[in-house]
Amino acid sequence: MASLVEDNPSNSDSSDMLIETARRCRREIVKMTHRAAAGHPGGSLSAIDILTALYCRRLNIDPQNPDDPERDRFIMSKGHASPGMYAILHESGFISEEDLTSFRKLGGVCQGHVDMKWTPGVDFSAGSLGMGLSFGIGCALAARLDGSDRTTFVMLGDGELQEGQVWEAAIAAVHHEIGNLKVFVDRNRIQNDDFVDKQMRIFDVAAKWDGFGWAVREIDGHDMDEILSAIQWLDSITDGPAVVIAHTVKGKGVSFMENNPKFHGAAPNDEQLAQALEELA
Amino acid sequence: MTLAASRDGYGNGLMGLVHDEKVIVLEADLGKSTKSQMFRQAHPERTFSLGISEQNMMLVGAGLASCGYKPFASTFAIFTQRGFEQIRNGIARPNLPVHICGSHGGIHTGTDGSSAQSIADLAIYRSLPNMTVMHPCDDLSAEALTIKLANYDSPSYTRTARNKTPRIYDSDSAASLQIGKGFVLRNGKDVAIIACGVMVAKALTAADKLAGSGIEATVIDMHTIKPLDEELISRLADECGCFVTAEDHSIIGGLGGAVAEYLSATTPLPLERIGVKDHYGESGEGEELLTKYGMSSDDIISASQRAIERK
Ligand SMILES: Cc1ncc(C[n+]2csc(CCOP(=O)(O)OP(=O)(O)O)c2C)c(N)n1
Repeated sequence: MASLVEDNPSNSDSSDMLIETARRCRREIVKMTHRAAAGHPGGSLSAIDILTALYCRRLNIDPQNPDDPERDRFIMSKGHASPGMYAILHESGFISEEDLTSFRKLGGVCQGHVDMKWTPGVDFSAGSLGMGLSFGIGCALAARLDGSDRTTFVMLGDGELQEGQVWEAAIAAVHHEIGNLKVFVDRNRIQNDDFVDKQMRIFDVAAKWDGFGWAVREIDGHDMDEILSAIQWLDSITDGPAVVIAHTVKGKGVSFMENNPKFHGAAPNDEQLAQALEELA
Repeated sequence: MTLAASRDGYGNGLMGLVHDEKVIVLEADLGKSTKSQMFRQAHPERTFSLGISEQNMMLVGAGLASCGYKPFASTFAIFTQRGFEQIRNGIARPNLPVHICGSHGGIHTGTDGSSAQSIADLAIYRSLPNMTVMHPCDDLSAEALTIKLANYDSPSYTRTARNKTPRIYDSDSAASLQIGKGFVLRNGKDVAIIACGVMVAKALTAADKLAGSGIEATVIDMHTIKPLDEELISRLADECGCFVTAEDHSIIGGLGGAVAEYLSATTPLPLERIGVKDHYGESGEGEELLTKYGMSSDDIISASQRAIERK
């Protein structure tokens, strides 16, 4: 079973260093969306602390060999959080700073939604919500068939949980006792048009997963120590799938984006960019 | 004459792939019907039941394929379409070699009625970049083509039929089949009848009867709808000068649509399309339905005569 890799120097950042990495990623997220005058900053900012912990401390991946069949998989099911993904893939050495400027541009490495055919280090072509958990099951079954201890992590949005396919997959993962499948739900309480509670309430998310037979834990998705211990907890569950409900703030780190449904899919203008970068200095 | 159903050929094809450890079978509670259960019985460890959850099944297949496995996922043709957008976005777009089999294609499916009679699948899947689309006409060809898919690096959709119809191939001729290449079953210079699935046998019967009245028809088993064998159609355009297509599918967008698109862009020639004329089916025996909906061998004969008159 995989555990947090402590002996690899590049993976031994203290949580202070992770917080610093996440801050740099947040700056890239607002810059990328500003440059493209499009994209999804809100759900990238809510997820970035978890992405940072996973990419810097847990995932067994190698930017020199992004297609290594033995790598861990990370399935970003809410593929619109692509600025967050590109920021952390840049920090991890998979893509260059120049690649970041190609976000949403013709022929660009950084497509509007994460795409395994375009970007090294991306394991799943997303963009249509509700599909990533099923894909993760496929990756996890493949690892089991290979006799490999590689792990598959999946990130879902909370609005995304309204898709029926997520629950088809939730049943299947338990039925097939997929212990090498680990999920984070980014519970930021906002979806595209409005707050989840206004669009379609999903009530107690943890209770739902528990009811489907998953091992469940809830954390503050912006507390680096809680995230790291949640990853350790996920790794300790081996007899079936496990999910962490990460309570987050959409737009986290940029005051005017925080908890603001407007910044689900809207880029900052020049003034807003300046303010955001000041706050993230 | 031996009667056989192409869905049995799919099951036999999977059995022909048991030695390939990368082959995985995915089911959505219709393995008894699609015949994937033959593989399940031999290799339960490489067969996964995903319940009545077609959307999930498609993406589980995509995940497996992304890790080097060769998943074969089947359900009724109509229920594959529950996962259409999953197939489009999750399988075809990233070009992952998931092989989907939709059994019970067409109104020949019979007494289950219109909910189970898929008449648009060939059109739907043909519209997706990266997809190969096939509809074999008997068990032996379905078996041979299924086995060939295991060496394919891109996704496919194969439609099979529920009910038995006359076997067309023997094991040698089936072994010679190539994906993307139509098979000439009969040569004639007056009209080219291009058929797929259960309509191939009807086309051969029609050609026999036409010969009685002095009309010589070429009959093609166009088991692969995409990529379409354009080379063969061009040759037939020269040799026969008019066409009839015959499929147990809507005349919109399937085999007839594909042939019409190609001809109109190259050598516009008379074409008559036999198929389901933009309506749903109903309960009844398969053969009764084909007759009622204008898809019998007699209908192919009159279509051939019309095409020849239009030359
Ligand atoms: C199947 C599907 N329907 C609709 C959309 C459009 N869409 C993009 S993001 C989004 C809201 C997602 O909300 P959530 O899952 O909570 O993500 P987050 O708030 O973390 O960004 C919607 C509806 C989509 N991408 N896919």
